Amino acid sequence: MAERPCVMMVCHYAERTLMRPLILMVVFVAMLTSACSGDDTSEYEVLRLATTTSTNDSGLLDTILPGFEAAFKSRVDVVAVGTGQAIELGKAGDADVILVHSRAREDAFVADGHGTARYDVMYNDFVAVGPVGDPAAIAGTPLASDAFTTVAAVELTFASRGDDSGTHSKELSIWESAGIVPDPNSAWYKSLGQGMGATLNYSNEVGAYTLTDRGTFLSQNESLTELQVMVGGASIDENVDPVLLNPYGVIPVNPDKGNINSELADQFVVWITSLETQEKIGDYGVDTFDQPLFYPDSEAWRSR
Amino acid sequence: METLGRAFTDALELLWNMDSTLLEIVGLTLQVTLVALAIALLLGIPIGAAIGLSRRLPGRAFLVPLIYTGMGLPPVVVGLFTYLLLSNQGPIGGLGWLFTPAGMIMAQTIIAFPLVLGLTMAAVQSVDPDLPIQMRALGATRRQVALTTLVESRIGVTAAVVAAYGSIISEVGAVMLVGGNIEGETRVLTTAIVLETRKGNFALALALGIILLGLAFMTNLVFHRLQVRQGGP
Repeated sequence: MAERPCVMMVCHYAERTLMRPLILMVVFVAMLTSACSGDDTSEYEVLRLATTTSTNDSGLLDTILPGFEAAFKSRVDVVAVGTGQAIELGKAGDADVILVHSRAREDAFVADGHGTARYDVMYNDFVAVGPVGDPAAIAGTPLASDAFTTVAAVELTFASRGDDSGTHSKELSIWESAGIVPDPNSAWYKSLGQGMGATLNYSNEVGAYTLTDRGTFLSQNESLTELQVMVGGASIDENVDPVLLNPYGVIPVNPDKGNINSELADQFVVWITSLETQEKIGDYGVDTFDQPLFYPDSEAWRSR
Repeated sequence: METLGRAFTDALELLWNMDSTLLEIVGLTLQVTLVALAIALLLGIPIGAAIGLSRRLPGRAFLVPLIYTGMGLPPVVVGLFTYLLLSNQGPIGGLGWLFTPAGMIMAQTIIAFPLVLGLTMAAVQSVDPDLPIQMRALGATRRQVALTTLVESRIGVTAAVVAAYGSIISEVGAVMLVGGNIEGETRVLTTAIVLETRKGNFALALALGIILLGLAFMTNLVFHRLQVRQGGP
């Protein structure tokens, strides 16, 4: 019996030391939760756009999407990933619309019934870049496949995206047309498995050749002091290799997958291919880089 | 669900075949993690014990919160910091460690060190404060006191090892930035998982995740056996 007060004291002590922080934590979590739910989305419709890193990293979407959001009282959730994953997101029904650049895979996506139809949106071009000293002496080579052949012959470091992206598919098709099967285990061919920005940074650090879309290269140009364009010239007009053309397409995901906001997806397609938006796409980047990063190419634009 | 189910069969198939690419990735993962862990332990345990024992260290009120902050260092920030140090333009770019396993080990050591330091310090502090005083009274040297206290707090120190190991083997931000995820050179399990997810190969990514968890579990089995042998839980 004499121990009873002691037990009480222990209880009291535990209560003081444990309960107070516990109550504080519960209150804190409750406050945070209510703060989050304050973000009322009921009056907004949400469009899930799966796209490639190039459209997002270049800043294009940040510039044009607010126009869509205002016009259709909606919010666009952009998932910027490689073309491979963007297409997978569409297949799984985790996106309402996809904006990607890998023509063969886009056509397969529609043919397999995952998307309703593919529409031209815009294009830009790829360029081969390399170290300023150009040890492979490929600067000014008109065709990418010839330049690649030389790089492989002298075994100078080549950085590959290696991430199944649109740019990676393009690079592989150039190797194929050159009749070369690069081996990722060889000393000169580095398969990074990373985005364009990271691959350019790598090439800049180690002095590697790589294939990049011109837009990303231009937007990162300031920090890429050791790199310069080898194939493709200073602007798209100087690019004589038709293989290096890089068209982007938009595809609404098939509503049969369920939970697809197909109405908004269709409105998005009409909006992005409209003359007004196309003009904005063509203007983007001119102020900063003296040339557009993307060239409008929708049907409406071509027949204007 | 379909993806989840396929991931498990894929994981089993991958393990069964154990092709050379996967072996290379697993080998590099273990190599980078264990070397970084070893360096962090060699530095962190003695320094942590020393701080834990010197309860009247000047500046302790500042140092301890600093160490606790270090225990939560964001791996990407460590990666960025290491990247800038090792870059061509960086102060130690001459080492040529950027995009090599050595650079990854450096980044992971920076992540693991404060963890080992802080948890060792806490473990040592949880030993009865009278023990060092009694030992000193009995004529023990400072070194003997430190070693005995460490032995007394071995369970807590093992927890420090486990926590540091777990945080660096599962870490992706720093090794991605510093290593570059180069196939056959700096690709580890976590960066391979990010890559396969980006490619849309969800089942393969999940399979690699299962292998990573299995690897962590097996190593922790070893740690736990050590702990049990020492009379732990």
